[in-house]
Amino acid sequence: MIDVVKVSKLAKLSVKEPMLSAFKKQLEDILEFVSKLQKAKTENVMPTSQVTGLVNVVREDEIDVSRMLTQEQALSNAPDSYNGFFKVPFIWT
Amino acid sequence: MDITDLTIVKALELMRNKKLSSHDLVVACLKNIKKYNEKYNVLITVEGEEKLLKQARVADETDYSLPLCGIPIVLKDMFSTKGLKTTAGSKVLDNYIPEYDATVVKKLKEAGAIIIGKANQDAWGHGSSGENSDFGSTHNSYDFDRVPGGSSSGSAVAVAMGMCLASTGTDTGSSVRLPAAFCNLVGIKPTYGRVSRYGIVAMASSFDTIGHITKTVEDNAYLYEITAGVDPYDATTVDVAVLKYTQFLNRNIKGLKIGIPKEYFEIDGIETEVKNITKEAIEKLKSLGAIISSVSLPYTDYAMSCYYILVPSEISSNLARYDGVRFGNDRSKFGDEAVRRMMIGTYALSSGYYDAYYKTAQKVRSLIKKDFDNVFNEVDVMVIPSSPSVPFKIGEKSTDPVSMYLADIFMCPVNIAGVPAINVPCDFVSKLPVGLQFVGPQFKEERLYSIASAYEQISTNHRS
Repeated sequence: MIDVVKVSKLAKLSVKEPMLSAFKKQLEDILEFVSKLQKAKTENVMPTSQVTGLVNVVREDEIDVSRMLTQEQALSNAPDSYNGFFKVPFIWT
Repeated sequence: MDITDLTIVKALELMRNKKLSSHDLVVACLKNIKKYNEKYNVLITVEGEEKLLKQARVADETDYSLPLCGIPIVLKDMFSTKGLKTTAGSKVLDNYIPEYDATVVKKLKEAGAIIIGKANQDAWGHGSSGENSDFGSTHNSYDFDRVPGGSSSGSAVAVAMGMCLASTGTDTGSSVRLPAAFCNLVGIKPTYGRVSRYGIVAMASSFDTIGHITKTVEDNAYLYEITAGVDPYDATTVDVAVLKYTQFLNRNIKGLKIGIPKEYFEIDGIETEVKNITKEAIEKLKSLGAIISSVSLPYTDYAMSCYYILVPSEISSNLARYDGVRFGNDRSKFGDEAVRRMMIGTYALSSGYYDAYYKTAQKVRSLIKKDFDNVFNEVDVMVIPSSPSVPFKIGEKSTDPVSMYLADIFMCPVNIAGVPAINVPCDFVSKLPVGLQFVGPQFKEERLYSIASAYEQISTNHRS
């Protein structure tokens, strides 16, 4: 049984009825399908998080000016800004 | 002849011999856009005509030495283009104008390409038909009532309808190969880590690959020489030499070992005509001297369960950034498919479920990848259909679960393993395109281009 209300809160999605019940059913169907994963023998198998085998790809901790956005550029798509800042919804409840 | 029927290679040759201009090409592409774009819903954004003609003029004042000088290209709308709206097919970004170019876009521009417009797509890459776009489905140019395949739907149709000479796409679980197959084109899904993902809207970060769609194998190899390569802005790109892939065309494939994965054909779900065409194609390859054998991918049965946990999990993480605060609209603008995938992913990653779902799926991923590694110890490439069916009608998703399952199986395990694959036009069934897919080992795209080129010459559909 999936707590869709909890999941939607975690995903910061406000899902209302009737979509909520529809999603609950769909999610349960999909999870039923993927539960067959449990049948695979994975006791001594290492998980693969990415397939290239790359590790520790690093660079010098130096500023690259060509990669920087100016303040104006960074704000250019903001729906709401003030004095060079992003305006953020009030989060204290 | 419509000059947009020209290949990139031919167009460049003509321009360099002063027999064609970039202006001619751009005007011809714009003509096709005016004619077809609204009806077929191909491009979300078209660059301004004045700007395009100016770029063509600049190209025409050079000696066309740049590799893509004056060549019109369409980009899937997931590719960030500085100053040009980028929506990823979603209402969440319908007003977003990036302040920078994706690395691949930068490379194409530096090569002289002219960006004609941004292609329609399934929103966020979520889909394999084109029907999940927040801006309405794109239509297949071979049959208006049918899907063009997705998620790089507009990209494929743009090439098919002469709105450009080539287009870019992304492939996370079909999205370049299937539209290429449904639109009679060549589409490459690179090895994961071969082409930079920087500046391209991320769907599933350990699966996404950056490909392109062209009319011929030669054009495809030609473009690959430009887009492939390690990128310091994308830490998942691998520093493997970028070969001159065009030098691997027109080769003798005698003795090439081709594997046919038995698990993909054991299940009875491929449309009869498609199965016959595929068999014919395999016979043609045999006649070229290739050695055909049956191979096994034992964990095929677990592939889709694995995929449907890992991909939505990564999607839920990647789409968390769309908060409507720094850019774009708020999260209520997400379509149903995006919400569904985010919900599955969030659940699979949540406390108490992470081990059972995500971690287990990662282990199964290792097993599936090992299947592919083992097969490529026995054979050089694999051949599989691109789709169990011809392009289906819009709105008429298959009710046959086996067919839907096969549609996924022919596409997704390749992304799980991170190996490269290419679709080439195979034949037609009732005037609808059917494609053939070659799959190879990681970073061996030259092998794919060799066999694709050899097959292209003898296929019923030979175009070049």
